Amino acid sequence: MQLYLPIAEVAVNAYALIGIGGLVGFLSGLFGVGGGFLITPLLFMIGVPPGVAVATGANQVVASSISGVLAQLKRKAVDFRMGAVLLAGGLIGSAIGIWVFARLTAIGQVDLFVQLAYVLFLGVVGAMMMQESLRALWRARRAGAAQIRRAHVHTWVHGMPLKMKFRASGLYISVIPPLAIGAFVGFLSAVMGVGGGFIMVPAMIYLLGMPTKVVIGTSLFQIIFTTAFTTVMHAVSSQSVDIMLALLLILGGVVGAQFGARFGVRLKAEQLRILLAGMVLLVCFKVALDLVLTPAELYSIAPMALP
Amino acid sequence: MKRLILALLLLLPLPGAAEEIVAGLSQSSVSITADYAGSEILIYGAVKREAPIAPGRGLRVIITVEGPRLPIVVRRKERSWGIWMNDDRLRPGPVPSFYAVASSAPLDVALLPEEDLRHAITLPRILRGEDNTAQPFLDAVERIGRAEGRYFVQENSIALTEETLFRTDVGLPSDLTEGNYTVRLFLTREGRVIDEVKRTIWVRKAGLERFLYEAAHQWPLLYGLASLMLAGLAGWGAAALFARLRW
Repeated sequence: MQLYLPIAEVAVNAYALIGIGGLVGFLSGLFGVGGGFLITPLLFMIGVPPGVAVATGANQVVASSISGVLAQLKRKAVDFRMGAVLLAGGLIGSAIGIWVFARLTAIGQVDLFVQLAYVLFLGVVGAMMMQESLRALWRARRAGAAQIRRAHVHTWVHGMPLKMKFRASGLYISVIPPLAIGAFVGFLSAVMGVGGGFIMVPAMIYLLGMPTKVVIGTSLFQIIFTTAFTTVMHAVSSQSVDIMLALLLILGGVVGAQFGARFGVRLKAEQLRILLAGMVLLVCFKVALDLVLTPAELYSIAPMALP
Repeated sequence: MKRLILALLLLLPLPGAAEEIVAGLSQSSVSITADYAGSEILIYGAVKREAPIAPGRGLRVIITVEGPRLPIVVRRKERSWGIWMNDDRLRPGPVPSFYAVASSAPLDVALLPEEDLRHAITLPRILRGEDNTAQPFLDAVERIGRAEGRYFVQENSIALTEETLFRTDVGLPSDLTEGNYTVRLFLTREGRVIDEVKRTIWVRKAGLERFLYEAAHQWPLLYGLASLMLAGLAGWGAAALFARLRW
C-alpha cells in the first residue's frame, strides 16, 4: 500500500515502514539502544530525505524507548537516579553539540563529519565490546563454574569525589563520571542525530561498572528525554518531523520493542553484547565503505533553503 | 479557370498562414492525498486552421510539462586523504523540480536548434550553464533528475492524426512537489515554431496532508509536542497491551 507523506513529500510503501519500525524496535528492546544509527540509513534507502529521516527517526525512538522502559520497569531494571544524573550531563552536552552542528553546517562539511564520527565511534565501541565479550565467553567456557564472581571491577573511576549511592545499580561512586559520560553522549547525539545508546550502554558497563541488566532500562530511560528534546528542536527549527511517517514507524516499533525485551531475557549477557557489537561493527563497516569506495555519482543535489 | 487558380492559391502554404493549437488537459488540478501514488495527465488537442491542410510536410507537436522551480546546491565529491568528500559546489539558481518533454517526432527533426534557443524547450537547453565550469554540475542535475524519474523525454509519444488531432499521456511521479505545473504546447513546421499555447496544472496537497503540512509550518512547537504525545501514547499503549496479554 503506497502512502504519501506530507512532510517528506514522497510516496512510500506503508508496510515497509512498519517493517523498519518493527526491526529497529526489536533491537531497541533487546539491547537498550535507541536504534537511531539504524533507522536513519534505512529511511534514506527507501527515499526519505535525510533531514526528515533524522528528525522523524528521533520521534520514533521516543516511542520505542518508552515502550522498552515500561517493559524493563516490570523487571525493576531501571536506575532512575543514575538516569537523572546522565540526563543532566546529556542536556549540557546536547546544547554544545547543537552549537557545533550549526558551525559545521556553515562550513559545509557536516555530512563528512557525521560519517567520520560514525566510523570512529561505532568502530572503537564495537571492537572493544566484541573483544571483551568474546574473551568473557571464552573464559566462562574454560573455567566452568569455578570462576570468582565480582559485582564489578574497580577502576580509576571509583576514586573520585562527590560520591553518590545508586542502589538499583549497586554502586557507590562519584557523580562526575556519569555526568561526563552523559555530556559526551549528549554532544554526539546532537551532532550525529542519534540517541547515543550504542555509546551509553558500553560506557555504563565498562566505565561505571553497572550490571548489564540495569544498563538497558537506564539507557532507554535517558534516551527518551534526549530524543524528545531533539524531536521538538527539529520540529521548531526546520519543520522536518513527518508525523505520518512517525506514526507508521512507531506502530512497528512499539510492538517490536516488546518482542525484543522478551527475547532479551532468554539470552545471556555475553551473547547479547556479542550481538550488539556485531551489529555496531557492521554499520561502521558500511559507512566506512561509502567513504572509501569511488561513488557511482560524484555529484549530489541538496535543496537550498529559501532566504 | 479563375476558380482553379484560386483553389490552388489556397492550397499553397502561405507565410504566416494561421495554424493554431487548441488544447485541453484531462485534469487541470492534482490533489495530493494520503493515497496519492502518481497520476497520468492526458494532454490532447487539435490544429485549428482557416484553410485546408497545406501540402507542405513536417508538421509536428512538442509538449513540455514543467514543475515549480526550486533553488538547489550541487556538490561534487573529490578524493583527498583516501576519502571522498564534498569539495566544489554550484548554486545554479532555481531549476525545475520536474520536466517532461513529449513530441510527435524525434526532437532533432521536430525542432531547429535556434528555435530551441529561443523557446528553451529541450532539457540541455533548460539546464545550460553560463560557463564551462558550471556545465558539468548542470549535466549532473540532468543525469540525476533522469535517474530519479523527475526528468524525462518521450520522443514519438504524441499521436498526431491527419495532421490535426493529437494526444499524449504524461505521467506525474508520486514524489511530487507542490506548486503550479506549466504545460507548453508547440506546433512546429519544418522545425520552426509556428504556434505556442500554455496551460497550467495546479498541484496541491489536500485533506489530511494539507492539514498536517500547514500545522507543521504554522504551529511548529505544538506540532512537535503533538508528535511527542503520539509517541508517548503509542509506547505506553503497546507496553500496557503486552502486559495484559501476559505471554
